[in-house]
Amino acid sequence: MRTATDWLATSLAVLSTLMVVAPLLAIFIYLIYKGASSLNLAFFTQIPKPEGEEGGGMANAIVGSGVLLALASLIGIPIGIAGGIFLAEFGRGTKLANAVRFTADVLNGVPSIVMGMAVYALVVTPRMPFSALAGGVALGIMMIPTVTRTTEEMLLMVPHAVREAALALGVPNWRSVLSITVKTASPGIITGCMLAFARVAGETAPLIFTAFGNSNWSVALNQPISALPLEIYRYALSPYDDQHRQAWAAALVLVVLIVAAVSLVRYVTSRGVLKGAS
Amino acid sequence: MGVGIEVVNLNAWYGANHTLQDINLNIPANHATALIGPSGCGKSTFVRCLNRMHETNPIARVTGTVRIGDLDIYEDAKPVEIRRRVGMVFQRPNPFPTMSIYDNVAAGLKLNGYSNRRVLDEIVERSLKDSALWDEVKDDLKKKSGASLSGGQQQRLCIARALAVDPEVLLMDEPASALDPVSTSKIEDLIFQLKSQYTIVIVTHNMQQAARVAEKTGFFLNGRMVEFDSTHKIFTNPSDKRTEDYITGRFG
Repeated sequence: MRTATDWLATSLAVLSTLMVVAPLLAIFIYLIYKGASSLNLAFFTQIPKPEGEEGGGMANAIVGSGVLLALASLIGIPIGIAGGIFLAEFGRGTKLANAVRFTADVLNGVPSIVMGMAVYALVVTPRMPFSALAGGVALGIMMIPTVTRTTEEMLLMVPHAVREAALALGVPNWRSVLSITVKTASPGIITGCMLAFARVAGETAPLIFTAFGNSNWSVALNQPISALPLEIYRYALSPYDDQHRQAWAAALVLVVLIVAAVSLVRYVTSRGVLKGAS
Repeated sequence: MGVGIEVVNLNAWYGANHTLQDINLNIPANHATALIGPSGCGKSTFVRCLNRMHETNPIARVTGTVRIGDLDIYEDAKPVEIRRRVGMVFQRPNPFPTMSIYDNVAAGLKLNGYSNRRVLDEIVERSLKDSALWDEVKDDLKKKSGASLSGGQQQRLCIARALAVDPEVLLMDEPASALDPVSTSKIEDLIFQLKSQYTIVIVTHNMQQAARVAEKTGFFLNGRMVEFDSTHKIFTNPSDKRTEDYITGRFG
């Protein structure tokens, strides 16, 4: 009887694991199946050809996505981490902290298209029309709540004994927070940043009103800029088969780039970890 | 060199809880002083008042005077300055988990702005030798995390970390209660050696431990200090009936 229960529980666990992994694998395999054939040198080095012409590439969109995500990270990660540190370490129990936490949770639930419209209303003006900067701001704001809340939770998981150890050495509280608590929690905080990054990397809606898209080469921050999700959206709706294929290829490239970026950060940040560190 | 501690009319509260009531005593320099008593009697609170760690809890409050050497710690100095002069070792070993052995020992100095490599190297080596850990870790100082050591080694690492900032007083809050007997006896040997250089105050549940390491012993009960005398007197001929009941195992 006990073996049977054990067997049943193990099977259920294995089955659940498969159900979690299956959709991811299916998406990936389908993307490779549909998109890999359109990947060639031109895809990575050329800009889109005019409507109806075959060939061309998405170099501008790949670089554009890179620029937008770099901007978003520069805005979202520092503000998000600072917010998390405030919530966990300095504002605990205060009204301001409760307000910040509530705002972050609400912000997390705001549909991304609404975020795009809000940034359009606030940042996009006649003097600065659709621009990379506006797109970066929209994505950056979307990163803040995830980063803030994971940072807060990871800091709260640092044992009280570790904080006490630092204080008992005569280390000022701010120094102990920055050098001990945040450092101890950093693997979790980095994971939170990567989650936020991966989430906004595929966002299309907030970019429609802000970065807008650009079929020419542009990396200027005050000009409209192209991005992979925008190109996927545009090409998928186009009447031409060649552009459909390119949309699949772009989707594949986007997923691979996200995986590569996340893996790179994980690799770089895990190199300094010592033997036996917990 | 260690300095004496003079405590006058010390009272402490956690919220509405009056955890220490009118404590008066003189702790001699360069000796080990043990504080014994049942759980919740206030002995841990008392040592936490000696380095102002008590007040890191927002609901805690203290009144009275504590003089360490000639410094009135509640009048003349900031908490961070006191804590550099009064080191503390906690009940459970608490090394910084992400730091190497070396960085754990150097943490107090590095985080307060010292960066001279040669001086740091010297201090780390001296502190680890003083805490009798050097021979066990000298080959992996920067390779291994402090958390990778055994419990007893971690506790000696924490002692080294406290010694590295060159305190005058070392407070130990049940430093061996989470350790096995072999590690415990190493810690006790260590206390014996360290008291020539530091004033040591050790809270312990283990009365044999108090008898082994300390010259003076104080007995706490319900937030008050019942008796403070030489360890020999406390354990052979206590003046107070309650002390006698406690050390003979009638309660606690």
